[in-house]
Amino acid sequence: MPKDTNADPRAMTRRQLLARSMAAGTAFLVGAGYVAGKSGAWALEVTTLAPGTMATLIQMARDIYPHDKVPDENYAIAVKGYDDPAVSADIEAGVAALDAAAAEKGFGSYLGTGWERDRVDILRGMEDSAFFQTVRGGLVTGLYNQKAVWPIFGYEGESYSKGGYIDRGFDDISWL
Amino acid sequence: MTAPFDMNDDSVVVIIGTGAGGGVLANELAQKGVSVVSLEAGARYLPDDYVNDEWEAFGQLSWLDPRSTSGDWRVARDFSGLPAWIVKAVGGTSIHWAGASLRFQEHEWKALSSYGAVEGANLIDWPIDAAEMAPWYDKAEEKLGVTRTGGRAGLPGNNNFKVLEAGARALGYKEVHTGRMAINSAENDDRMACQQTGFCFQGCKWGAKWSAAYTDIPRGEATGNLEVRERSHVARILHDDTGKVTGVEYFDADGALQMQKARIVCVAGNSIESPRLLLNSASSTFPDGLANSSGQVGRNYMRHLTGSVYATFDKPVRMWRGTTMAGIIQDEARHDPSRGFVGGYEMETLSLGLPFMAAFLDPGGWGREFATALDSYENMAGLWIVGEDMPQETNRVTLNADLVDAYGLPAANVHSDNHANDLAMRAHAYAQGKAIYEAVGATRTFPTPPYPSTHNLGTNRMSENARDGVVNRWGQSHDIANLFVSDGSQFTTGASENPTLTIVALAIRQADHIASEMSAGNL
Ligand SMILES: Cc1cc2nc3c(=O)[nH]c(=O)nc-3n(C[C@H](O)[C@H](O)[C@H](O)COP(=O)(O)OP(=O)(O)OC[C@H]3O[C@@H](n4cnc5c(N)ncnc54)[C@H](O)[C@@H]3O)c2cc1C
Ligand code: SF4
Repeated sequence: MPKDTNADPRAMTRRQLLARSMAAGTAFLVGAGYVAGKSGAWALEVTTLAPGTMATLIQMARDIYPHDKVPDENYAIAVKGYDDPAVSADIEAGVAALDAAAAEKGFGSYLGTGWERDRVDILRGMEDSAFFQTVRGGLVTGLYNQKAVWPIFGYEGESYSKGGYIDRGFDDISWL
Repeated sequence: MTAPFDMNDDSVVVIIGTGAGGGVLANELAQKGVSVVSLEAGARYLPDDYVNDEWEAFGQLSWLDPRSTSGDWRVARDFSGLPAWIVKAVGGTSIHWAGASLRFQEHEWKALSSYGAVEGANLIDWPIDAAEMAPWYDKAEEKLGVTRTGGRAGLPGNNNFKVLEAGARALGYKEVHTGRMAINSAENDDRMACQQTGFCFQGCKWGAKWSAAYTDIPRGEATGNLEVRERSHVARILHDDTGKVTGVEYFDADGALQMQKARIVCVAGNSIESPRLLLNSASSTFPDGLANSSGQVGRNYMRHLTGSVYATFDKPVRMWRGTTMAGIIQDEARHDPSRGFVGGYEMETLSLGLPFMAAFLDPGGWGREFATALDSYENMAGLWIVGEDMPQETNRVTLNADLVDAYGLPAANVHSDNHANDLAMRAHAYAQGKAIYEAVGATRTFPTPPYPSTHNLGTNRMSENARDGVVNRWGQSHDIANLFVSDGSQFTTGASENPTLTIVALAIRQADHIASEMSAGNL
């Protein structure tokens, strides 16, 4: 798909984004060359994959590891590496299969399947596929190794630079 | 100060691997004036280089050369190319280890006599016993600065320990404390006290935990008798017509094949690489590999029972703060067949950071059942089960003809099936772990399967009779007098304790034996 030079979502207002969205009714704004959050808080440029494919991956990522306090942006970061000519054909095929599975269950597409329960049902039906396992396996590091999500889980990461926890609560449990 | 030895110097002792076994042996021999060339496949990393980030440290330090797996153990399904989580670096896995340092119990040296024959298990007694090992354990505890031994104080308990302790007491367990740890509770041996940073598994940046990387190895080098050649991967052990070993072939840091002559060769590559090297050294004289007349090289692979129990609570624990494994319950380590299995198990505190927890809590798991567990990460406590697993002849390291490493050498396949005794013990330990945490209000508990093996044992085992094993009571191969095994692959049986204190005690003892045999002219 030719790259739309006007598509840099960061350069657009939320209103313009909404107007350009080709997939209203889904969780994200999907336009030529980008996927963005409806709140305008984040946007991802897509150069190789169809933007709708990327949007599907982001939704799939959340459905596989649903953390309600983790924003979509982090799921987008977790899968953005698939926007790569080396893997894009497999990913397009995988998402096409996912959409086909959704259609079999009477939905227009995976992204258009409105309820999490229904989408998870579709995923359960293909959890042994190489595509599902690739995406799931990639998320284990792609999502949880993002330092930005650690505070959401309360995880503090390294403490060496702060002198360890010896004076900062290694034994501060109070409720036992 | 480092002694550069000539490739043709056939008076040197060549040691393959610089981990807990090989690193200690090298220093001990060097201190006694023996010339040593240590060949280490990995590079050198010191505390300043260690990274307190789980995946980054994993990429920096782990042994990632190709390996394959088979058998019914879950690791073969979840981590098929990664049977073991061990280190490739100067200092070996003593960089990663958590420091738990326990002596075997007396009966564990005599597994066959203590337990009787167990169907499907290849049990024998060690040719050595607790009394013989006691003085070597003393030396090992002194070297490692083990807490709660030699007058050294225990470490303070962190949050994860406090939860474990409260649950254990509620269940009536008596032997509960912050462990015997090779981690300084006070400044000791020119190393500082533990700062409770966590990340013991990624290398201790303070040097509070003992590792051969920054103790034994530099001290050995300082004698002028030890040369460590890093990024030197040994491909083959060579021998002459009389069957004595004469040296080794290795790929140096530039990938060039080199040959170092030797008077004695000691193999200490950990329990997957050591048998692999002996098997890859097959020749027309020894078609089944070196030291393998018994056919036992690579067999009886043990990895400890293992498994973890994590629990979530309604309030924060923050288990990652502080020492990773300073906490233990020892009451179940006894041999008490009324529980439905032979041997016993230890329960030790364990924490993983969020990234590793995501990978290991329930490998392959997904959906809300999985995600909600991690949502409670901050409120989690965890313990690790270390139990005696049964040696089985068919659990073994073999060469995989279809998989080669970067040098074109056949890689190791690690086959492991659970023994019925292992399954019964793990089920018992899971139930006890769950009860411990429920006693202090756990809202959910998780039986977590074994990680890629951190304890790898038994594949060149020690035996009284040459037909039953690979090495004798000194770690000397039954078949070849000047070929020794100096790592955990010597283990006849695994006992229920973490292995490294015993590996170190055996290495100190072996150094003493080799040095005296050399000066007596017997080697
Ligand atoms: C995360 C973790 C935590 C642990 N915690 C504990 C604990 O608390 N208590 C405990 O007792 N144990 C613990 N262990 C286990 C402990 O680290 C090992 O038992 C111990 O390090 C094994 O010593 P070794 O000498 O047999 O092998 P290693 O220490 O693994 O050393 C082997 C060395 O040989 C090198 N090598 C291999 N093949 C070749 C070759 N062909 N040529 C050249 N070099 C080669 C390797 O690169 C490596 O450096 C832990 C392990 C891990 C991974
Ligand atoms: S907790 Fe203590 S022993 Fe562990 S890495 Fe930190 S300072 Fe070292």
